[in-house]
Amino acid sequence: MLEGLLIGLETAFSIKNLLMVIGGCLIGTFIGMLPGLGPMSIIAIMIPVAISMGDPSAALILLAGVYYGAIFGGSTSSILLNAPGVAGTVASSFDGYPMARQGKAGKALTIAAIASFAGGTMGAILLMVFAPALSSVALLFHSAEYFALMVVGLSAIAAFAGTGQVAKAMLMTLLGLIMATVGEGALFNLPRFTMGIMDLQSGFGFITLAMAMFALPEALFLVLKPKDLKGDEGEIKDLRITRAEAKAIAPVIGRQSLQGFFIGVLPGAGATIASFLGYAVERNIAPKAEQDEFGKGSIKGLAAPETANNAACTGSFVPLLTLGIPGSGTTAILLGALIALNVTPGPRLMIDDPQIFWAVIMSMFIGNLVLLILNLPLIPYIAKVLSVPRNYLIPFILFFTLMGAYIGQNNATELLMLVGFGVCATALKFADYPLAPLLIGFILGGMMEDNFSRSMQLYDGVSFIWERPMTLGLLVIAAILVVLPSYRARRAKARQEGVAEGD
Amino acid sequence: MALDRWIALILLGICMAYGYAAWFTMDAGLAPFMQRNPIWPSTFPKVLSILGIAFSLIILLGLEKSVLKEAEIDYRRLGEYHLGQAVMLLALMVIYALCLRPLGFLISTSGFLILGSFILGERKWHIMGLVALIATLVVWYLVQEVLGIYMRPLPGFLGG
Repeated sequence: MLEGLLIGLETAFSIKNLLMVIGGCLIGTFIGMLPGLGPMSIIAIMIPVAISMGDPSAALILLAGVYYGAIFGGSTSSILLNAPGVAGTVASSFDGYPMARQGKAGKALTIAAIASFAGGTMGAILLMVFAPALSSVALLFHSAEYFALMVVGLSAIAAFAGTGQVAKAMLMTLLGLIMATVGEGALFNLPRFTMGIMDLQSGFGFITLAMAMFALPEALFLVLKPKDLKGDEGEIKDLRITRAEAKAIAPVIGRQSLQGFFIGVLPGAGATIASFLGYAVERNIAPKAEQDEFGKGSIKGLAAPETANNAACTGSFVPLLTLGIPGSGTTAILLGALIALNVTPGPRLMIDDPQIFWAVIMSMFIGNLVLLILNLPLIPYIAKVLSVPRNYLIPFILFFTLMGAYIGQNNATELLMLVGFGVCATALKFADYPLAPLLIGFILGGMMEDNFSRSMQLYDGVSFIWERPMTLGLLVIAAILVVLPSYRARRAKARQEGVAEGD
Repeated sequence: MALDRWIALILLGICMAYGYAAWFTMDAGLAPFMQRNPIWPSTFPKVLSILGIAFSLIILLGLEKSVLKEAEIDYRRLGEYHLGQAVMLLALMVIYALCLRPLGFLISTSGFLILGSFILGERKWHIMGLVALIATLVVWYLVQEVLGIYMRPLPGFLGG
């Protein structure tokens, strides 16, 4: 592990990679602050840039930096404007906004930054400990287990992602898998389902689809329903917190880093669930006197979701880096970027490209530090981005979406597909279909079919399902994951959930 | 019928067409040596089509009760939002896609940015023009020089 750390330090501390971290964090903070633009659209927009750099470590470092930056920026707008930029920071506005209303905006931002820093750093330490262990287990897996593991991952995403609507999420996942079969597969070298259209020969473009699923609908929603970006024009000053306050939030940060991390590791449950759960748990275990303060500007109520969402972001890298299976939309996009750079994340990553793995972990520490010491003092200036008129902002978002799809393929047909899919995705969003499962299914589709085919060929049929106990066990878990929530949803129909969609 | 069930109906149609292609049209052209393989190019799609049909039927028939929740945008009252602007922006994106090659990057992009702000209600032409021009040149420089991806800057007849 020590050797790995040194490799990571060496890679992460090159001038180029340091610039990537800083740049990524700043870009992420800028865009994440804009209400309505989530980390997924920002990362989707940044992917073409990352891919054309050609260096997988630098690309992953940049994208991870953008990811944290976006979550951090999202909490800034939650606190200052009560307009969360990111679903994962909705819970931060419960107590952050009241604090800002009381003139304690500076203090709230500092607490948010410290909590995020602590959550992210603890998460990175846990990732360092758990990822190598998990990936040595994963090395024992056979392609049959990989296939089963992907089925488990996809069903877990469907089970946890939609709020009680497993069928919709499953249908979206299947649609993603179906879309992945279009084009020429590696195993058969036969064009499938192209309908004779030459542009579909190589399948749908992953970047195009990512843009169409996330960036375009979010931009269209901003057009359809303008969000009020007017804040309380209050000065952001007095960024310091007292020793007593630090003492009060320290145990909260400790608990929530652990809890947030482990929630983040689960596929489908991401920063959003972690932050809501963290808030609820802390409110329940707080002493009676402090409990009443929650929702009225409690520092504990702000620290809990902030810690949990950052720890969960880091946790969501565990399945990506060790198994090669993304658990959330954001990590799915990262997986797509890595595949485009000819790196296959998974248990072999740590053996074949240890510098990538360790550089990413190191960059997480650096990224969190950058957010704390560089972004925090800059927040009053960065917050000015919120006053950019929407008339200028939206055309630029649309333009970057188009550019991203174009420079990946250099093909104008891709742009037409982007608009077409974007309209479809917006309609799906209207009808409350979750979109992340579609993209995850699309990205995993090719790998899943390859593993399935390989095990079929090795066992000359589907007998691998019952001849390998681990495969059978995983598939049973997958079936339970799909059936159980719909059974429970049927029983608890009355219970409504107000949780926003995943990250 | 609510929108989500209409969408399920459309997806059911897609899954059935996909299933038809997988079950009935794909295996005919399979080379003889591949027929001895336990897995055919159509095997995985066949499984997917059945599952897809099953799940779209579950939604279509309302077997899983959907939880009613406050949507961010209520599609039944779409007319009350800025629908015209959204549609015009989409049309502008299509026009941009069609113009990018023939008109070159610089003209189509500045045009797109200016018209985009115009659609959203901006009328300060000098600021719009300046912002669009600077942004276009910066992006073109970054893409062309830094990332090294060729994009035709000017229309063909101007030697781009």
